[in-house]
Amino acid sequence: MSVELLKPELARIVRIKPMVEDHHLFQVRFEDAETVESFRHRPGQFVEMSVIGSGEMPISISSSPTRRGILEFCVRRVGRVTNALYRLPQNSLLGLRGPYGNGFPIEEMKGNNLLIVAGGLGMVPLRSLLWYALDNRRDFKEITLMYGCRSPAEMLFRYELETLTVRDDMSCLLTVDDKAGQEWDGNVGVATDLFAGVEFDAANTYAAICGPPIFYKYVIQKLLERGFSKGRILMSLERKMKCGIGKCGHCGIGGAKKLVCIDGPIFTYWDVVDMREVI
Amino acid sequence: MRIIKLKKEHLRDFVGSLSAFGKLYAPQARGEKSFVLKELKDLSNLRLDYRRTILPPKKFFNRPDETILNFSSDNGYQAAADANGGRRVLFGLHACDIKGLEILDWVMRDGYRDEKYFQRRERTAVIGVSCEPDESCFCLAMQADNVETGYDLFLSDVNSCYLVTVRTSLGDDMVNANQELFQEVGKDTIEAFKKKTHAHARKLDDMCDLSVSQMPELIELEYMSDIWKDYAKRCLSCGSCTMVCPTCTCYDIRDEVELDQQRGTRKKRWDSCFFPDYAAVAGGENFRAEAYSRFRYRYLHKQDGFVAKYGRSSCVGCGRCIEICPAKIDLRDVIKSIEGVT
Repeated sequence: MSVELLKPELARIVRIKPMVEDHHLFQVRFEDAETVESFRHRPGQFVEMSVIGSGEMPISISSSPTRRGILEFCVRRVGRVTNALYRLPQNSLLGLRGPYGNGFPIEEMKGNNLLIVAGGLGMVPLRSLLWYALDNRRDFKEITLMYGCRSPAEMLFRYELETLTVRDDMSCLLTVDDKAGQEWDGNVGVATDLFAGVEFDAANTYAAICGPPIFYKYVIQKLLERGFSKGRILMSLERKMKCGIGKCGHCGIGGAKKLVCIDGPIFTYWDVVDMREVI
Repeated sequence: MRIIKLKKEHLRDFVGSLSAFGKLYAPQARGEKSFVLKELKDLSNLRLDYRRTILPPKKFFNRPDETILNFSSDNGYQAAADANGGRRVLFGLHACDIKGLEILDWVMRDGYRDEKYFQRRERTAVIGVSCEPDESCFCLAMQADNVETGYDLFLSDVNSCYLVTVRTSLGDDMVNANQELFQEVGKDTIEAFKKKTHAHARKLDDMCDLSVSQMPELIELEYMSDIWKDYAKRCLSCGSCTMVCPTCTCYDIRDEVELDQQRGTRKKRWDSCFFPDYAAVAGGENFRAEAYSRFRYRYLHKQDGFVAKYGRSSCVGCGRCIEICPAKIDLRDVIKSIEGVT
């Protein structure tokens, strides 16, 4: 057996679903049937994805571990390797290794209320947790999703999430900063506006949050105001995770006291509250 | 523990015999003032009077640039054969460098154990030798002036002979293969060894007025200090200090593609936290865009983050970063500035 920890396995893009501009959902399946069977991940984990001939990048797993066989990755076209990925047609091969990172502490979260707050692309890692919780509905008490985007045209998984708004076993609150002249009859305002009118039993709730840097600042402030303990605020951090195995150094925070790729990407606010350069 | 005596006149014979245990590497001159650890093809090139080699011995285990995978669009990714997996003997390492390797081991063992690294380590014998410190050495402050483990044999210079400490079974084999070269340690040698050890310790003490015991707290307290910015004005972000550091392990992963775009190799190459794009992610966010934040990060990691994780600084006081810095930034001055003792 190879001792090379950085070797990807081949996987095939079975379907590419364009979602919003420059955000496609890639449905991927490992070529090797045994790997399909043995691959296990936790919500919040990521993989290192290789576009053959272009390079490698860390990508969150957007699909829930409860939906086996096909892995889903929502990828924003933003850099060199994602641009190369967007040039691949359906049925192309790519490389995957992982899963990496800690993922959400789901054992600890079970039996509690779940509040998911996402901003923009932050929905991508949280979608895995959302569907995990919905597929294991009895393991959680109240489930609330708050998701804010700049405009309706930028809302990821919009139709999927809109179907959740009619479910009576969860609360799905969607908002846009600005209608931007587009069709939208939902809330208008930033994600933190959605807190108004929602009651929380903060002592029995875990909040899972992900979004751009400014989003963390306001959402954390809001959660603290609502009485959330720092250890119950779970955040997913983005860093340059080159190796995924805690060796290459790039994702270090707080003088590498923590490496986002192995100690994270999910941290409680308490874990990182004293650390510099976190958000 | 077995300690025996090797007369200096027998050193070359002994070193020559070591090639039976693997490809032999030893310090040799390169240019007028520089030394390198490279394959010893001619025994007369051995230089045990060296101060420090340009690159530390990490280069044998964590290669500066190596191919890890071959890939093709139809066959996917295949592990490349390890061109550095053969048996080797590193002769003439100083205590600080042996300590540096031990620190590398901690990092490579932590979390995902890097088996390729440990295969290389396990197939490499380490023979230490005592040193003469120079003005850039500060191993004493970094508790790396002496090592109890991490070597097979250690040669301590005692005037006309070496005291040879046999630490491992492999070291014992090396001695046993050359029994005629070694002698029991006599009373005179013991006395001479004591004197030499004492003088060495005093010399290190005289040279080194550095203390790092409060560094984690002080770095935290002085996080926003202008000290970092002042030094960073001189710093060129060239990364030389990290390349020559015995315990810096950061690497980059990149692909080299053939012209047909269908095949190529994936490479691991030393990287540096000083490089502007080190903490940059796609989309434009850079978590350490400012030069001073990268300069500070090196200290934050070596003297604070590493201490929190492993109980000691990852610096071994070898002085390489001081010697190599084109801007003449001395790590000891930075530490003293933070400590307010300049």
